[in-house]
Amino acid sequence: MAGAQEFEKVLDQSDRNVAAFDHQGVPLIKRAQHFLHSTPAAVPLIVLVMSIIIFGITIGGRFFSSYTLTLILQQIAIVGILGAAQTLVILTAGIDLSIGVIMVISAVVMGNCAVVYGIPAFIAVLIGLGVGTLCGLLNGFLVAVMKLPPFIVTLGTWNIVMATNFIYSANETIRDADVASTAPLLHLFGASFKVGTAVLTLGVIAMVLLVLVLWYVLNHTAWGRHVYAVGDDPEAAKLSGIQTRRVLFSVYGLAGLIAAFAAWVSIGRNGSISPSAAVTDYNLQAITAAVIGGISLFGGRGSILGTLFGAMIVGVVSMGLNMLGADPQWKVLLTGVLIIGAVAIDQWIRKVSV
Amino acid sequence: MNTSVQPILSARGLVKRYGRVTALDNADFDLYPGEILAVIGDNGAGKSSLIKAISGAVIPDEGEIKLEGQQVQFRSPMEAREAGIETVYQNLALSPALSIADNMFLGRELRKPGIMGQWFRMLDRPAMEKRAREKLNELGLMTIQNISQAVETLSGGQRQGVAVARAAAFGSKVVIMDEPTAALGVKESRRVLELILDVKKRGLPIVLISHNMPHVFEVADRIHIHRLGRRLCVVDPKLISMSDAVALMTGAKKPPEDALAA
Repeated sequence: MAGAQEFEKVLDQSDRNVAAFDHQGVPLIKRAQHFLHSTPAAVPLIVLVMSIIIFGITIGGRFFSSYTLTLILQQIAIVGILGAAQTLVILTAGIDLSIGVIMVISAVVMGNCAVVYGIPAFIAVLIGLGVGTLCGLLNGFLVAVMKLPPFIVTLGTWNIVMATNFIYSANETIRDADVASTAPLLHLFGASFKVGTAVLTLGVIAMVLLVLVLWYVLNHTAWGRHVYAVGDDPEAAKLSGIQTRRVLFSVYGLAGLIAAFAAWVSIGRNGSISPSAAVTDYNLQAITAAVIGGISLFGGRGSILGTLFGAMIVGVVSMGLNMLGADPQWKVLLTGVLIIGAVAIDQWIRKVSV
Repeated sequence: MNTSVQPILSARGLVKRYGRVTALDNADFDLYPGEILAVIGDNGAGKSSLIKAISGAVIPDEGEIKLEGQQVQFRSPMEAREAGIETVYQNLALSPALSIADNMFLGRELRKPGIMGQWFRMLDRPAMEKRAREKLNELGLMTIQNISQAVETLSGGQRQGVAVARAAAFGSKVVIMDEPTAALGVKESRRVLELILDVKKRGLPIVLISHNMPHVFEVADRIHIHRLGRRLCVVDPKLISMSDAVALMTGAKKPPEDALAA
């Protein structure tokens, strides 16, 4: 060793062995914590499987029928897609309260363009997707460029978009029959087919495919890694040379686009297009799915697969309680318990490194 | 220092104000090829602001920066990095939840060759992990079993090692190190100092910001003393004692007349 200080001379005789730790004595609970730390989607998956088993035992074979299970999937398709969009935003340590109303206004625009203005359905869909993307980009501009807090920005755009939706549409519902006769393309994702007794819609398939594609993008592309890095520590991300503004801008824009896609799926599921759907708390349902799915509200942690499981958990609980004939408020209560439980587990898993 | 040699990186009259606080007050800076320049100064003297200005992390209000004689204006750390200036920040600028390999390649990821990379933008994880492992082994800093483990599960010294390895792997013209040994034990500090000398041997000049006087005096060729937002003087560690250097940077002693030009 060249030029070592006096007190460092003894280092030559120091122990050269690489630190080896005894993993035998590690208690099971610690190992579980480590496993969950490296596999963030495991908790919601375990909860999902457990809730299916519990309801299966209490309700019996009726619940286990593939018809029931696929019906649950149909019911969660919209929230699942919105949850995927929400997940992107939450991963950057943001939140998007406007996501539900962006979906509704996109649906109204698609319907009006196709049915009222007589624009070809394909172009109407593109216009609707464009409107959703623009709303998302507005959020992105305010968050990334103006540096306003995402909660405030989307609280504002939630109200703005909702009001615009009501003013523009005059709260007129577009009837199912009109959509079916003039623009059947809008009903595309409602199309269902049977596999045995299981009934799947294109909307369900779209949800699953979307989540898988986003999972790939988040884990195997540079952009996806940047989304995590920006949510984890924006300052470090910036110093590492990530263009944090561009990442945030694109995340909110993409969330708007996905919300507009959810609009297309929702037209397929509902048949008619109702501007008054804007009062439904879709945004909160999407946040719930993401949080139960183990996406940390502090950003940078969680797997988008967890959001899919989170949406399924809510679907299973609500269907199960329904079949048991319980008061629907029990579903709301259980959802609350799940949210708090999920966040508590998230905090516990985080302590793994301390 | 020989006046016929062009500084590789120089700055003149840098000013940076944060509201009423003046962090840089007409600061000058010169780094010559192949040297290790230590920057020392009291807390709040503006060392960090100086380093951030030349590494693109902040944009100075006034003044000019020249890299190899060419005037440059970095608007982001990315631009400085593309120009060949690599920085190890004091807070390390690592993303805790990402893996070691992901962190080392953050912002300049490798993509798979062929269709997967070009059309599906797929990262080339095996290649990134291989290069990350090579770099870490080269530095001998690592006692890490798993290159894909999250950085937050590493000890402070190991994290420092990852950050230093990242800069050494990618720096092509200048490497800046902000307090690289502050979080390290005796053995790890020694390795980092050896690494610094190693990087110098490869011909890369290094800017070393440190409060550790023995380390500074051991490796530095010249010492830039920063005080009250500007360069007070530049001294030769072979001609000055540690206590004199400390006296200069704390204002206990006035700099000699000729030291500014050194």
